[in-house]
Amino acid sequence: MAKVLMKGNEAMALAAIKGGVDAFFGYPITPQNEIPEYLSRELPKLGKVFVQAESEVAAINMVYGAGGAGARVLTSSSSPGIALKQEGITYMAGSQIPGVIINVMRGGPGLGGIQPSQADYYQVTRGGGNGDYNCIVLAPENVQEAFDLVKESFDLADYYRNPVMIAADGLIGQMMAPVDIDKETPKLDLPEKDWATTGMKNRRTKENKDVDPNIIVSLSLVDTVLEEMNLVLQKKYTHMRENQQRYELINIEDAEIVIVAYGTSSRICRSAMEILKEEGIKVGMIRPITLWPFPEKAFAEIPESVKGLLTVEMSMGQMIDDVKISNNGKLPVGFYGRCGGVIPEPEEIVNAVKDFLGGLNG
Amino acid sequence: MDNLVFERTKGLTKKEFSYCPGCTHGIIHRLVAEVLEELNVLDTAVGVASVGCSVINYEYFDCDMQQAAHGRAPAVATGIKRVNPENTVFTYQGDGDLAAIGTAEIIHAAHRNENISVMFVNNAIFGMTGGQMAPTTLPGQKTTTSQNGRDPYVVGMPIRMSEVLGQIPGAYYVERVSVHNPKHIIKAKKAIKKAFQNQIDGKGFSLVEFISTCPINWRMTPNDSLKWVEDSMIPYYPLGVVKDGDKND
Amino acid sequence: MINEKIIVAGFGGQGVMLMGQLLAYAATNQDLNTLWFPSYGPETRGGTANCQVIISEEDIYSPVFSKCDTAIIMNGPSLDKFESRVAPGGKILINSSLVSREVTRTDIEVIKVPVNEIALELGNLKVANMVMLGAYLEVLKIFSIDDIIKVLKKTFGEGKSHLIDVNREALKIGSKSTK
Repeated sequence: MAKVLMKGNEAMALAAIKGGVDAFFGYPITPQNEIPEYLSRELPKLGKVFVQAESEVAAINMVYGAGGAGARVLTSSSSPGIALKQEGITYMAGSQIPGVIINVMRGGPGLGGIQPSQADYYQVTRGGGNGDYNCIVLAPENVQEAFDLVKESFDLADYYRNPVMIAADGLIGQMMAPVDIDKETPKLDLPEKDWATTGMKNRRTKENKDVDPNIIVSLSLVDTVLEEMNLVLQKKYTHMRENQQRYELINIEDAEIVIVAYGTSSRICRSAMEILKEEGIKVGMIRPITLWPFPEKAFAEIPESVKGLLTVEMSMGQMIDDVKISNNGKLPVGFYGRCGGVIPEPEEIVNAVKDFLGGLNG
Repeated sequence: MDNLVFERTKGLTKKEFSYCPGCTHGIIHRLVAEVLEELNVLDTAVGVASVGCSVINYEYFDCDMQQAAHGRAPAVATGIKRVNPENTVFTYQGDGDLAAIGTAEIIHAAHRNENISVMFVNNAIFGMTGGQMAPTTLPGQKTTTSQNGRDPYVVGMPIRMSEVLGQIPGAYYVERVSVHNPKHIIKAKKAIKKAFQNQIDGKGFSLVEFISTCPINWRMTPNDSLKWVEDSMIPYYPLGVVKDGDKND
Repeated sequence: MINEKIIVAGFGGQGVMLMGQLLAYAATNQDLNTLWFPSYGPETRGGTANCQVIISEEDIYSPVFSKCDTAIIMNGPSLDKFESRVAPGGKILINSSLVSREVTRTDIEVIKVPVNEIALELGNLKVANMVMLGAYLEVLKIFSIDDIIKVLKKTFGEGKSHLIDVNREALKIGSKSTK
């Protein structure tokens, strides 16, 4: 199949359809508007649900209701909108409701700007919601990967009964690139959603006429019961940490410096690495694909030749915390970042690597 | 049993209510449960519990339930109903939930004419959190956050949500009832039945507001509470149909 | 080896986004790697607009670049903004109908096309962007006019199919204007 030129946002919307989405609930915000625009046009044709909600808060609570009723549900937004959605996300995590949340990140804080950013790393990996919870966070590097990850994310959400977030940015959302829209993505063996609130009638069988109500809830007023509920969640998170860490290692053999970068930043770093290679400087890269669980396993593969790690982000340094935890004090960790919607150019990263290396050798 | 004249509704579980003595939540729960049973929709019903005294009513209604964040029940119900329209979906919300933090959600559920049934219990106070002032608290009414009585010059007059919602073109049916005596309990049940029948018939957004009591936080005996409903609440919150789409057919 | 980085810039409404997109669509049809990235938001509502396109036989990494191979400049403010962004030895195509000043750099090739006048002669000012695109096709030498028309037919759909002929004419005249 020939590739189709698509805008990142539209590719993610199509990927949701290919991933079996039943319903979308959202609220307009730049730079992700092509997602609801596309789905408002396409979902009704398929007999599926599109609702433009009155607010980000309402949208995520509609996701909660529909996800709890057993549907495959999507919402999308951008940074300040995701901040508003945190209430519903922690409720989803606490009540074990699957759903996919796309964050097309833009510059902050506050209203910030509409240009691309990665300043929501804390927001998506630490959550803005209350309580001990985690979402699986997938960070695509380009439009094809955004398509692939969104398509796959619905299986991941159902498998774990947990929200999955896509951490894209304005650049991935707004750019057009050729996409293989028939690409197969990994599928998981999924259990029946026997927990969903679809009415008791649907669970009654000839053998079992006496069924209990299904209840979607994150509440317990008894501390020991709530602790038990938390431990169930933690067991899932442990499974995710062990099985879902995803990353790419690029040219780390014999490298002097290893860059750690994700999403748009890692793309730009790839160009910087080519320039550095021509100049005889050996640079490798760890590219996290899951921001949570953070791919700490990748750091065990760093060879002896490496003198330091340089974290590159479109923020003033957030993922660097996880890099330092994974590095566990072994190597010096440097940082280069731009913020506010400024996209670093490859030459800036080339200079940052040289400065960092100079400091290490100095 | 030919001589059976009364039995417990199948719409409620055997769990004992946690409500305070004299609180009318229990009556409203039973009426809703009876209607679900009588309309034969217990098997397809999905209820949405809200935040407030009725927060754990998912333990009382014998049907599938979701528990929603404070004020968000109409949004949650929207999600459920849109993906499974064959389900009979209702919310059960208090006045702190619906008239304060959840105003956007209820207004827009009505605005979209979501085909859901809303049970709105108004006792003019935040009960569960310890008797704080609500948007529905009456002028002069003492609460833990209006200790000298609600002062309308400072915090405004109480909001009449049924009348607000009645203004919205999308709302199909809005009625205010009370459960302070048997006559009104019978009327209330009729309103509930209409709200659910409307949903079954695909007519759209239907809301029943119940004037309810909170003897503990009102600092009254149960009997005095019922009298206060009649003497103080109902004059400000008049009972009756605010809007009925059937009348416009 | 094809590896072309392009900036297209002008007023909102001059069709600069479409020019870039047509190149990216044509590249996709030829199985080339490509990437189109717009300035977006309030900028696209009547102010200046620009987009960046990369066409390459190799994998495309960084979507942003400091220097382009070709800048297509549809108005005066865009020349001020992007003249310095053309790599030494690169090309700059100028809409001489609207750009009054001269290009100051001497290390780049300047191609001037009075695209507004040509479009007006064709009876449709809106095809000024196609006149310019035609000129660029002649410089780029990757896509034919038919390649662009094929894409344009798809982009326009049934509703605008009557506009194909004037666009083809604009592309043709544009391609000849550089000689």
